[in-house]
Amino acid sequence: MTSLLNQLPIGLSIGAVLLLTALGLTFTFGQMGVVNMAHGEFLMAGAYTAYLLQDWAGAQAVPVALPVAFLVAGALGWVLERTAIRHFYGRPLDTLLLTWGVSLILQQAARDLFGAPNVQVVAPSWLTGRVGLSGATLPHARLFIMALAVACVVGIWAYLGRSRQGRRMRAVMQNRELAAVSGVATGRVDQLTFFIGSGLAGVAGVALTLVGPVGPSIGTYYIVDAFLVVVAGGLGQLRGAVIAALALGMLNSFAEFWTDASLAKVVVFAVVVAFLQVRPQGLFVLRSRALT
Amino acid sequence: MSGSLLEVRGLEAAYGRARVLFGVDLEVGAGGLMCVMGRNGVGKTTLLNAVMGVLPPTAGTVLFDGEDVTGLPTHERVRRGMGYVPQGHETFPQLTVAENLQVTLEASRHRDRGAIDEALAVFPRLTELLNRRAGFLSGGQQQQLAIARALVTRPRMLILDEPTEGIQPSIVAEIETAIERLHREDGLAVLLVEQYLELALRLADTFVIIEGGLVRRSGTAADLRDAEVKRLLAV
Repeated sequence: MTSLLNQLPIGLSIGAVLLLTALGLTFTFGQMGVVNMAHGEFLMAGAYTAYLLQDWAGAQAVPVALPVAFLVAGALGWVLERTAIRHFYGRPLDTLLLTWGVSLILQQAARDLFGAPNVQVVAPSWLTGRVGLSGATLPHARLFIMALAVACVVGIWAYLGRSRQGRRMRAVMQNRELAAVSGVATGRVDQLTFFIGSGLAGVAGVALTLVGPVGPSIGTYYIVDAFLVVVAGGLGQLRGAVIAALALGMLNSFAEFWTDASLAKVVVFAVVVAFLQVRPQGLFVLRSRALT
Repeated sequence: MSGSLLEVRGLEAAYGRARVLFGVDLEVGAGGLMCVMGRNGVGKTTLLNAVMGVLPPTAGTVLFDGEDVTGLPTHERVRRGMGYVPQGHETFPQLTVAENLQVTLEASRHRDRGAIDEALAVFPRLTELLNRRAGFLSGGQQQQLAIARALVTRPRMLILDEPTEGIQPSIVAEIETAIERLHREDGLAVLLVEQYLELALRLADTFVIIEGGLVRRSGTAADLRDAEVKRLLAV
């Protein structure tokens, strides 16, 4: 029973990383219809940012890396949008191939820069302990990841709901053409969305260094699951992404506990496929219109 | 002709390889109201989309207040005073009525909150609905919001695509009155796509009739009573 309870923080923290990864995807997918296969590499870029910052920040590299990785991954995403993706808007298959190619290039670049073997980021001492809680133990690192995800979700929620830029982003997501005829410079909104979405993946990458080693292909382990979250949650839906990410994280961790890693993947896929049979549009719908 | 606010010259547009407009010319003077008429599928909506840059034209020019805006992105045309209400009472469905107007205000050049109050004064019905999501409004209410949204940009010309199509009759009258007042009292120039002759007869100063992607007939409101006009519009 105790070890079963221990799956809870694991599932929740995996869900948290998935959520941070999926948030960016759900907005770029929902707003621009771009299936960005290179999104996982922004996660990798964030993780290596933490690795590199150890030279300078020592054991405090992880907290220092959070804002830095947001900017690094965000800048990478912004450059990708400006130089490549924007020329392929409205051509989903071409974008898919393009970003897949970029993903491979970025992985190889990481291999050349940092070597193929995994590297380790040392967690600060205040993140290495555990707290006992009625039989189960909660590692500080996992608690930290959950808190980080909560903070990011609250931040994004406030940004979307309260700020001028966030309102503009929702408008473009819901009706791009109408946003343009309302005077919104949609291209600029797209750039900002890409920056923020990619930056969040960078933050997720830093979080990942707390629970495992960092390698050039770290992003590929999360990108598929993150897409599952996006599809199950509904495009561009913050609420949907939160619920779907936590559900998938928990499902994954408990399925692994009862079976094994590969069978767990099968279970997760089967559940998502079954769910999409019932609700093909995902948990929530962006473009609902009462009368059309 | 000098003094025209909108001048369209030889405008051509296509969807992929399917050409729709074959060189449309028209002019709307400052404070004028022109009706664009014609049967279904002759290119009326395409014309408006090309004028607004939503569909980039393949040839021709669009001059607004003497400035060539043909190459400008849509939002820049809006900021220069071209207010557009596309077909089908479009809104941001998950934003509230207030947010629909606010996002438009924030994108405008003037940023004057008074513009929202002015737009609500035109459609007072919307004031009670400010906190409702636009997607839950009736079609007529959505259309009023769509026009109010365009008014928030403080346009010098209002470009409307069949504003009364598929709208409940009680609201059609309100919309018609609003357009008439904006035109007559505030001197707003209007380019109106409209299928119904009676409405055009009541509102228009001038008209063009489009057929096969070209202007087949143009004139002043009095000419609309011609038998030839009836023939061009008959279904």
